[in-house]
Amino acid sequence: MSIYVITEASSGTQFNCRSDQYVLSALQQQGQACVPIGCRGGGCGVCRVQVISGDYECGRMSKAFVTPEQQKQGIALACRLAPKSDLVIECVPSQLVPGRCKPGSKSNPIPNEVI
Amino acid sequence: MKKGIIRPGHVQLRVLDIEAALKHYVDLLGLIETDRDEQGRVYLKAWSEVDKFSVVLCEADEPGMDFMAFKVVDEATLIQLEKDLIEFGVEVKNLPAGDLKDCGRRVQFVSPSGHCFELYADKKYTGKWGIHETNPEAWPRGLRGMKAVRFDHCLFYGDELAATYDLFVNVLGFFLTEQVLDPEGNRIAQFLSLSMKAHDIAFIQHEEKGKFHHASFYLETWEDILRAADLISMTDTPLDIGPTRHGLTHGKTIYFFDPSGNRTEVFADGDYVYPDHNPITWKAEDLGKAIFYHDRELNERFLTVLT
Ligand code: FES
Ligand SMILES: [Fe+2]
Repeated sequence: MSIYVITEASSGTQFNCRSDQYVLSALQQQGQACVPIGCRGGGCGVCRVQVISGDYECGRMSKAFVTPEQQKQGIALACRLAPKSDLVIECVPSQLVPGRCKPGSKSNPIPNEVI
Repeated sequence: MKKGIIRPGHVQLRVLDIEAALKHYVDLLGLIETDRDEQGRVYLKAWSEVDKFSVVLCEADEPGMDFMAFKVVDEATLIQLEKDLIEFGVEVKNLPAGDLKDCGRRVQFVSPSGHCFELYADKKYTGKWGIHETNPEAWPRGLRGMKAVRFDHCLFYGDELAATYDLFVNVLGFFLTEQVLDPEGNRIAQFLSLSMKAHDIAFIQHEEKGKFHHASFYLETWEDILRAADLISMTDTPLDIGPTRHGLTHGKTIYFFDPSGNRTEVFADGDYVYPDHNPITWKAEDLGKAIFYHDRELNERFLTVLT
């Protein structure tokens, strides 16, 4: 297990994160507030960040907030972001296009653009 | 129940990982698995419920709620309500019996708030779990975690609350128990009931349609809520807020999140209503106290963290 330094670029905040934990829970444990804390399950999108530099892995995240395309570009949910090196991240909140529930929709996929 | 709708029947929730979700809904909340289907959906019930399931979990790319259903008294009522819904102007879709295992045909529609609802008349009656119908014991042994008693209600966030009120009250026969009014007199929250419960469903004004705030499960006592809080810590489950009391409904409550970010509530007690009771009004200026009676302060997360 290693400990990495996470830097949130817009606030300049730095905190430590173990390789076996997610960035958002490390931040919460250390009383930091540079990334908003929501559901901590990869579902609500409030902790959405752009990884500017560093290596990492991601747990399952809602595709409503991180499309596979965006994931390739380094977008992640901090509550599902596990560092494999020091990271520089920046908050990038998202808003969904409204109006997706259709009658009979089961696990309706989300083709809506995330703004 | 004046239009023949009895009670909430089930809710289908989307989760990112079904096995992780089962740890939450079965091991922690205490629901009981009753079946699975070819689509990989898992059917759950709380012990005191008489029908086969009340929660359906399905794995998906994004969490949230697929639909919430209400049970009606019989097929004739279902036929009538289907006509009434069409006349009201919502699009109605029929799902055949068996689409959900051991559930009769369902009439599905989307409310103006953007949420999918359904009505059905039949579901397999399996009786309360673990106790007999004759000389029943007080509770069954072998319950897990929080030992949830029943699926109770959902809170949804969406817009067009006035049209949604019209649909639920005038077409479906719910009545208003509590509301939050802004200084101009607009209803920004509406709590609706079919029964003596303070709410069977609730809506809060939000600019995006179709958002899910929480599914709520009933526990018997405040002591049970504290025990639920202990279990939340023991399992390192993300806590939202509580244990505390709501102003609205005066229920004692705790909120926490499932592993996909869907919010769960367990609550105890609270107010009762009869259909002749006047609705309770909370002022939007005092929304903090209306929602969290002790803190008297709204936390941002309650208003913005949704699936
Ligand atoms: S806190 Fe909800 S997605 Fe990260
Ligand atoms: Fe609730």
